[in-house]
Amino acid sequence: MIVALLVLLVTLGSVAFHLWSPWWWSEIASNWVGMDNTILLSFWITGAVFVAIGLFTAYCIWKYKYNKNRRADYEPENSKLEWFLTIITSIGVIALLAPGLIVWNNFVTVPKGAYEIEVVGQQWAWMYRLPGKDGVLGTTDIKNIDDDNIFGMNTDDPYGLDDILIDADDLHLLKDQAVKLNLRALDVLHDFYVPQFRAKMDMVPGMITYYWFTPIRTGEFEILCAEYCGTGHYAMLGYVIVDEQEDYDEWLSEQMTFEEIMASNGKSDLIKLALNKKNDL
Amino acid sequence: MSNNKESLINLLTQKPWEPAQAKVDNLHEGKTFNLHVGKLGLRYIMVVSTIMFCLFIVTYADRMVYDDWIRMPEPFLLWINSLILVISSLFFIRIQLASKKNNFEKVRRELVLIGVLAIIFLIGQLLVWQNMIEAGYYVSGSPANGYFYVFTTLHGLHLLGGLIYWVMTIKKVWKLDDSIVIRKAKHTVELCAIYWHFLLAVWIVLFGLMLFS
Amino acid sequence: MAADSYDDVAKNKESIPELEVAPQDLYHAKSFWTKYIFCQDAKVIGIQYALTAAAIGMVGLVSSWLMRMQIAFPGVIPMDAAAYYQLVTMHGMIMVVYLLTALFLGGFGNFLIPLMVGARDMVFPYVNMVSYWVFFIAVLILGASYFVPGGPTGAGWTLYPPQAITSGTPGGDGLGIVLMLVSLAVFVIGFTMGGLNYVITILQARTRGMTLMRMPLTIWGILTATVLALFAFPALFVAGIMMTLDNMLGTSFFMPAIVQFGERLTYDGGSPILFQHLFWFFGHPEVYIVALPAFGIVSDLISVHARKNIFGYRMMVWAIVIIGALSFIVWAHHMYVAGMNPWFGFFFATTTLIIAVPTAIKVYNWVLTLWRGNIKLTIPMLFSIAFIITFVNGGLTGLFLGNVAVDVPLSDTYFVVAHFHMVMGIAPVLVILGSIYHWFPLITGRFLNERLGRIHFWVTFIGSYSIYFPMHYLGFMGVTRRYFEVFEGDNFTYSITGINQFITVAALITGAAQFLFFYNIIVSSKFGKKAGKNPWKACSLEWQTPDVPPTHGNFGKELPVVYRWPYDFSVPGADEDYITQDTPPSAVANAKAEQT
Ligand code: HEM
Ligand SMILES: [Cu+2]
Ligand SMILES: [Cu+2]
Repeated sequence: MIVALLVLLVTLGSVAFHLWSPWWWSEIASNWVGMDNTILLSFWITGAVFVAIGLFTAYCIWKYKYNKNRRADYEPENSKLEWFLTIITSIGVIALLAPGLIVWNNFVTVPKGAYEIEVVGQQWAWMYRLPGKDGVLGTTDIKNIDDDNIFGMNTDDPYGLDDILIDADDLHLLKDQAVKLNLRALDVLHDFYVPQFRAKMDMVPGMITYYWFTPIRTGEFEILCAEYCGTGHYAMLGYVIVDEQEDYDEWLSEQMTFEEIMASNGKSDLIKLALNKKNDL
Repeated sequence: MSNNKESLINLLTQKPWEPAQAKVDNLHEGKTFNLHVGKLGLRYIMVVSTIMFCLFIVTYADRMVYDDWIRMPEPFLLWINSLILVISSLFFIRIQLASKKNNFEKVRRELVLIGVLAIIFLIGQLLVWQNMIEAGYYVSGSPANGYFYVFTTLHGLHLLGGLIYWVMTIKKVWKLDDSIVIRKAKHTVELCAIYWHFLLAVWIVLFGLMLFS
Repeated sequence: MAADSYDDVAKNKESIPELEVAPQDLYHAKSFWTKYIFCQDAKVIGIQYALTAAAIGMVGLVSSWLMRMQIAFPGVIPMDAAAYYQLVTMHGMIMVVYLLTALFLGGFGNFLIPLMVGARDMVFPYVNMVSYWVFFIAVLILGASYFVPGGPTGAGWTLYPPQAITSGTPGGDGLGIVLMLVSLAVFVIGFTMGGLNYVITILQARTRGMTLMRMPLTIWGILTATVLALFAFPALFVAGIMMTLDNMLGTSFFMPAIVQFGERLTYDGGSPILFQHLFWFFGHPEVYIVALPAFGIVSDLISVHARKNIFGYRMMVWAIVIIGALSFIVWAHHMYVAGMNPWFGFFFATTTLIIAVPTAIKVYNWVLTLWRGNIKLTIPMLFSIAFIITFVNGGLTGLFLGNVAVDVPLSDTYFVVAHFHMVMGIAPVLVILGSIYHWFPLITGRFLNERLGRIHFWVTFIGSYSIYFPMHYLGFMGVTRRYFEVFEGDNFTYSITGINQFITVAALITGAAQFLFFYNIIVSSKFGKKAGKNPWKACSLEWQTPDVPPTHGNFGKELPVVYRWPYDFSVPGADEDYITQDTPPSAVANAKAEQT
């Protein structure tokens, strides 16, 4: 009796916790409502299964408690029932998978015209690079990195000159503009994750990964590194600030391009090649 | 009446609780394969190390496409070493035949030869290493070098393990008291031979891989 | 009519080919050393495995306490981030590999396989003994890493390079990571020796009448898990060797060009993702290496204590085999957001969700075994019921994480931590505990104390459920895992401090209850109630030995002959509600199952 109650209590208690839990996701700030909806759908389907199994187990424990004058049924199998359950389960699984795959398809298909930004992760800080006026991110190579060139910009690539380099943990984005984040890591794995945007992807040294989203509301959102990257992992934080056009422009006007940074450091000679090529363009 | 020829599907669809099935099952010997456990054990080990080498080969193929892949030279000595392995396998075939014919004198003689050949092979491999290092092909130089050292080391370790079994085999064929012992010894010789052929096959695959990539 | 089948066997004797080897010449222990230390008796080896695993498991348990303290009450136990990450790593690795794998296969496998299939011992007792000692050395090496400069590795149990072997990680530039890799390699070697025995004993050394489809599901689970290990562990071995070389000799198998703390390292061109593929090609099957024996064992516990045959035995066997096979084509579901080709997501999400179907069938069949059963609420049964609840819970959250689009927001958050603890932490541990209560009378001849056992059950089940159920919701909020300081994120909907403290208190209590359990084991093995022969009235062979506890050689003079499957409970017409596997048909002439 008490065991049946226990099972009942755990089942219903879990449901109650779910319904009244104050711990829930924060309001979404990107276009990935589809992910939230798939989660909700998963909750309905799996929740139903969980409750059904819990209640049935509780019922069996209560109803078929040991009685030495009774014998259990002798029924090795029941193919019909088992096939029926298999088919029902398969249908449930398809109902979960299909919408999930559709959302994933959107997630991996970057829309044309998405604004390309680079995010660089290193132990244990973030850096960002915007493509500048020409709308193209210049090429980079990790072997170029030194104190003057912390992004490893290719010094003979004219497209890199107007790239806006931000050596700080905070990034501003424009509301309602789709962005594609090109993710780069200098040392170990990291992961650029903002809970309100829902999306995340590891950054892997030696390659460029990416994902895209559209911020849909203004605000300040905390960045958490989501892939373990050593002792300082927990402190690898930052902010994404989603602005309306005006604020965004103001912020942008305060940033410096690669060319300007090199000039202000008196290192313009290092990017001579790129400057020459730019004049040829 | 073991049900060796039964297909897997048939086996897995048996209903063990049915009286008709029970009558068949009651006669079952309890063995799945009509094989000696030693032979099965050896197969098990060969499967595990095959999987291991296959995984290495997969990573090799994956790594090869990157542009820092620099081909390695093939020292002539490697060909000689390969030849030694082939010769030992050939000798082992002779040993297997002799053992079948109960010609244990020959088995003993040639088993010793096998050991000598194996040790020569190992020394040969070390010489190859030495040549490579002198020529400046260090482990860390290029991934191709790395794989070369890994493959040769693992293959060598397998051969060393084989030598331990070879010592046990030698012990057995030197002391043949009665018929049971003889049967066991013949069995051991057989297993040892299979393992040697296996190592030759592994070597051919690895060597071929390093040659042709 | 049924009765003469035994005579058939006798008549057919001539036509049966002579066995290639004489019935095993058993090894006989001569001294204390060979009897208890370098023992070749699988039962003793099983216990050695279990004790060693439990001892190192203690380290894992205490680590989890310390971590939980840091999460909920930072500062109470002084530690820095490096120490925290070392605890996380060692906890994870110990629990998965050195505790659960060793306990299920080394412990239960060794003890139960020969007894359940009707063999006198494993087929290669000497190799079996060596296997244990190699495992023991692996544990020692692991333990040694606590004492080297820099301490054990803090790379996370996944050991991802480049981080695992660089200086930003605790133990990454010292011996910690090296010892971890060496210990794993040694473990794999030892395990291969053990696995060799399990598989071949099950395949070749069963007693007469024991067909494959007459084996208890425990054996099916262990067999399939061992075969998985045979394919999966080489991947860990290979990855470990290549990473050791990257670390020690400067090769670049996994290491790309890196600039760390402003300094360029000498590596170039390697692929960190390649390591992840190898790791999870091992790691996912590893989950099932732990789960399948648990599936098998719990099936037997439920059947025995519900006095009813396991429902859908054939489906259960198929499900085990299918799950085992499929587990090799789902590994990359751990890498959805690892930066691999995004198109892999479609494939691996599909295969992962397909695995849910056979898994669900297993759950249905456990519950349907209870249905119309005659359920004795013994302690093993309680733990089995608790297993069903936690496993269903963890399995269902697996459907979230396997569904690639849902995994994107949830991966690397506490949702994942909650999920895998539910499904491969708590659930298998509940089975282990239940099966210790079940088989303790066979191992020692005495029952464990009932009263303590019930307290242990209630605390363990309710406690562990309260640890992990709420944790999912932290994951929804975006609380990331492997954080030394779990702080109130700016945008969390509700404070997480209170709930974290609740979880920690629950973890401390649950852990403490395990010490009660150890106390119970120690005391009951001396003073427990005498159990006698076959106290649970089970059908399978391990309970039919002439001596309890079974002695050397297991079955006395003659091996038992098997006449039925191990689930003949409550057969209509039979005098008792069980018929043991070695009961000849003539002895139960009334039972309906015997009449054609
Ligand atoms: C009382 C029981 C346990 C408690 C309180 C506990 C607690 C924890 C905590 C706090 C973490 C760190 C989570 C994070 O920050 O990512 C963790 C990680 C982990 N635990 Fe447990 N755990 C328990 C039992 C187990 C068991 C039985 C297993 C066996 C499968 C297990 C396997 C793991 C693994 C694999 C990790 C991941 C380690 C990593 O991130 O590298 N735990 N556990
Ligand atoms: Cu990080
Ligand atoms: Cu997995």
